[in-house]
Amino acid sequence: MPPWTSTRFGINWSLPLTKPASTVAGSGYRLCHCCHLLSRPAPASAHPRCPRCGAALHRRKPDSLARAWALTLTAYILYVPANLLPIMTVTMSGRGEPDTILSGVKELLLGGMWPLALLVFFASITVPVLKLLVLTFLLLSVQFGSRWRPRERTVLYRVTESIGRWSMIDVFVITILVAVVELGALATIEAGPGAVAFGGVVVVTMFAAMSFDPRLIWDGMAQKPAPRGDEFSSSPIPRTYRKHR
Amino acid sequence: MAAKSGEMDYAVAEYALVGCHECDLLFRKPQLQPGQKACCPRCGALLFQRKRSGLDQCLALAFTSLMLFVLANVYPLLRMNIGGRVQEGALITGIEELYSQGYWEISALVFVVTFLAPLCKLLCLFYVLLPLRLFGRRAPKAVLVFRWTALLSPWAMTEVFMLGILVAVVKLADLASLSPGIALYSFAALMVSMAAGDAALDEHEVWDQLEPSVD
Repeated sequence: MPPWTSTRFGINWSLPLTKPASTVAGSGYRLCHCCHLLSRPAPASAHPRCPRCGAALHRRKPDSLARAWALTLTAYILYVPANLLPIMTVTMSGRGEPDTILSGVKELLLGGMWPLALLVFFASITVPVLKLLVLTFLLLSVQFGSRWRPRERTVLYRVTESIGRWSMIDVFVITILVAVVELGALATIEAGPGAVAFGGVVVVTMFAAMSFDPRLIWDGMAQKPAPRGDEFSSSPIPRTYRKHR
Repeated sequence: MAAKSGEMDYAVAEYALVGCHECDLLFRKPQLQPGQKACCPRCGALLFQRKRSGLDQCLALAFTSLMLFVLANVYPLLRMNIGGRVQEGALITGIEELYSQGYWEISALVFVVTFLAPLCKLLCLFYVLLPLRLFGRRAPKAVLVFRWTALLSPWAMTEVFMLGILVAVVKLADLASLSPGIALYSFAALMVSMAAGDAALDEHEVWDQLEPSVD
């Protein structure tokens, strides 16, 4: 099976146009970000709209870099209180003990629940940190016009965008604990300010990932003149793909 | 299809070509058989997927999800027994309790991602798909509603919430004796039916059917 087809049953579909430079924007088209319809805006229209779904058409996501940078930096700032402040306080028979995200994981681990500890560690610590680092890396690489492994960077973006929501686990755990263990019983559970910051980190990084436009990675590939032997200069796309493997 | 006269802002659709939304490459539109998918040769993004399932399955799953959603929010999630005192907690209790503790930010966030977004998503799906299936035509403003559906879906976090329940149950298990409520089972089933509904929905197909008369 040729590498450019990824049909589930191995039946080929029409090849892409083989000129490597034929991009949507380069040919004067716009791709609707919402319904993925390709259309050509009238030259006179200042704010073109998709003929099918009516969404505003843009060449790239508007102010992609500026928005993504602003949101990523906000997330960095929020990340500090999210980890230092307690996310909840469990009071049992008068003795209170504030829990941070990390101490919650430790508690699960000490209780012998290592699969769950691993899950919470992954969702609440690994995912947000990786997400912030990946977004920073992608933003920097686009700003400096990097030509390094665009395909891998796109995959990195795709993964980052899709796993971000799983960080919400800790916020949900707090909600359920608070719901079940109400005031007045032997034990009370109260949320902490760290939870607000943590929820903020999750939401802000989700918005940051949404506002980043992965097509900017490929724009950087097209802009500079290709160095000698570069795959993207003249060879047809399928071969390029093979070389990358 | 040409742009409507007088509405210069509507672009002219190009049906023979498609573009990759992640790397901007331009293609001839692939002709896919049901069950096939096409990926971008340059960046590997999923471009198109033709699903075997039809509107019937989507509607059935959306209806199932809606029923389960009602059950999951009406009945208590967990029943807890501390020293003979029985407490019940539902999702809404938690949201209210967070609000009364002064953390309205988390309260609002949880309300949106576990209640409002999934509910709106299901209702929007009904609004768009039901007239298409029953009468073969689109409801008023269906295009706009289906756009909202796409915008809402990343914020409907039922499956993440289910994992949250799991972790919470384990944390509470050594504090008191717990018994699961009807809502717990409903949430588990809701997670499955919503995921199945997402998998069965063919957005491109729906967009194509919504097309003939654009607002």
